[in-house]
Amino acid sequence: MKTLFAVAAALTVVVGNAHAQSTLDAVVKKGYVQCGVNGGAVAGFSAPDSQGVWKGLDVDLCRAVAAAVFGDANKVRYTGLTAQQRFTALQSGEVDILSRNTTWTITRDTSLGLNFVGVNFYDGQGFMVPANFRAKGAKPAAKADAKGAARTGITSAKQLNGATVCVQPGTTTELNLSDYFRANGMTFKPVVIETLPEVLNAYFSGRCDVFTTDVSGLVSSRASRAPKPEEHIILPEVISKEPLGPAVRHGDDRWFDIVKWSLFATIEAEEMGLSSKNIDQQAGSKDPAVQRFVGATGDIGKMLGLDNKWAFNIIKQVGNYGESYDTHLKPLGFTRGLNNLWTKGGLMYAPPIR
Amino acid sequence: MNAIAGWLRANLFSSWPSALATLVIAWLAWRLVPPFVDWAFVEAVWRSPNSDACREAQGACWAFIGEKHRFMLFGTYPFEQHWRPALATLILVGLWGFSALRRSWHWWLGLVWTVGLALIAMLMWGGVFGLRYVENERWGGLILTLILASFGMAFAFPLSILLALGRRSRLPVLRAACVAYIELIRGVPLISVLFMASVMLPLFLPSGLTIDKLLRAQLALVLFAAAYLAEVVRGGLQAIPHHQYEAAEALGLSFAQRTLHVILPQALRLSIAPLVNTFIGLFKDTSLVLIIGLFDLLSTIKVSLQDPAWSRFGIEAYLFACLVYFAFCYAMSAYSRHLEHGGPGRRMRQS
Repeated sequence: MKTLFAVAAALTVVVGNAHAQSTLDAVVKKGYVQCGVNGGAVAGFSAPDSQGVWKGLDVDLCRAVAAAVFGDANKVRYTGLTAQQRFTALQSGEVDILSRNTTWTITRDTSLGLNFVGVNFYDGQGFMVPANFRAKGAKPAAKADAKGAARTGITSAKQLNGATVCVQPGTTTELNLSDYFRANGMTFKPVVIETLPEVLNAYFSGRCDVFTTDVSGLVSSRASRAPKPEEHIILPEVISKEPLGPAVRHGDDRWFDIVKWSLFATIEAEEMGLSSKNIDQQAGSKDPAVQRFVGATGDIGKMLGLDNKWAFNIIKQVGNYGESYDTHLKPLGFTRGLNNLWTKGGLMYAPPIR
Repeated sequence: MNAIAGWLRANLFSSWPSALATLVIAWLAWRLVPPFVDWAFVEAVWRSPNSDACREAQGACWAFIGEKHRFMLFGTYPFEQHWRPALATLILVGLWGFSALRRSWHWWLGLVWTVGLALIAMLMWGGVFGLRYVENERWGGLILTLILASFGMAFAFPLSILLALGRRSRLPVLRAACVAYIELIRGVPLISVLFMASVMLPLFLPSGLTIDKLLRAQLALVLFAAAYLAEVVRGGLQAIPHHQYEAAEALGLSFAQRTLHVILPQALRLSIAPLVNTFIGLFKDTSLVLIIGLFDLLSTIKVSLQDPAWSRFGIEAYLFACLVYFAFCYAMSAYSRHLEHGGPGRRMRQS
């Protein structure tokens, strides 16, 4: 009985310490960042390759934080999480960062006890149609120019009146879909199918004219499942906001700052034209903004509680945001779109690093 | 020639229904087998550095298995260290095979297992003898399935015997507790037990104290399997005639002696078939851990399919999974048949 009490007491002490300790201290002490990623694997965001190494845009964020904290992007351990587990894993301290294509909403930011540090991918619901699409309700085009005109026929989701739409049930996707059609005075026939492979089979075999889900899902399904990817187009309309971003626990502002500015550093570097290839030579540049960024002048790193070369290490080892995007998402057929820099018509905008 | 015709008549065409069944099955085989052979072997692509050759082909794409088999079998374990889980898998399978032999049923079998498990732990975790430390979040694939199933069976079985005995006990509180446990666990699906272990449990623990995810899943599997096995064992206990209990009591044996030497050997012998049935079920149930983000064999196969270059080759991937699961499950059922026909207590059944 005495031993039991001793063990209990020891446990309480350990727990007490863990509570008082900041995440940064805990991370430094254990020597790695514990990163929660998508256990179901989403190609381009977080998925193990044939060698079992995690790759993707969400993975790069964790690598960036490790580079900032340790100067070594490989000091990351990954925990595969399902949609149900992800928030508990962060709250209970199982992971230090949740970087698992999670949509930033006010409910999650407040009542779930998360803090989203920013957005690393602007997603939203879109539509995919065969390039030679013609809605069943619509008037058939003149026979003469059927071939040429039909192929370039559809350019907008506003032309989808009367279409049969494949959609997965129980998601906001289904609600957004009917809202959009009602708002535009159009009708549609839903074909509701539970699992992704089956809904894709239905679409590619021609059971429906349109497939709708988040644009990222459309792009990767087209790249991976379409018999001929070039025969399907994704319409320009994006009908919902799905800003995906990494999150940390409430109540540890220092760690929040570190993860937030690691993300911003990758975006800022792209804007400044710094990349993993040229950062070594740029480090000697006279430009004061670059000098601040690489830590040659000022003490930005110290303000974060990190080494002054934190941003240099991120760019050197992980690359800037554009490089990550091009490595992981471009081969799947993603265009930059909303995820381009604000200077190039997108939404990626980092506050100044100074 | 006559002999063949006679055999055909006796075995395949002895009556109208039998002849009809023969013809239907022959027709089905003729319709199904050649296309399958064509797809799986003749038209199949065996080598393809990227998936281009596969996309052109009409047949199966075995190049996909070639590309991804290391990930499927070993998950995210460090690539250059894959010999370690491979060796651990062999040791674990070897341990089971060795324990199946009657010759090795001695007290030292426990010692063999202790050494074997220590070796496996050393190989998998490392950190000694110059082996790099590998945290168990990176374990995956076949070895994870085998570990979950092996420890699941090894711990659930003794627990289930205690539960079954408890349920038949004369002490009301003990009996009620065992009944409550068995009914509660049997009343919920395994998925919800796994969710409890992986999502709810961490919330009840004080912050900063976390129990390893693998351990939580293992615990859930043990608790779940024990409830089912307990009912199987209880079935065996009920089949023992009452005079066996009375005779043992009349000999002046204590409760422990009665149970260990008279009742259990007979009861377990009787329940071999349903026990193995439950074990096979447990082996396949381990694949449910994919819903809590562990990379067992089936989840690594699913994850391999997420690679856009290869994601259309689901049939090949799942056939591969079928083969692996079938090999293990068939070995278990073949062994149970062997035990039933030649194990201890055979005489009792004959008399």
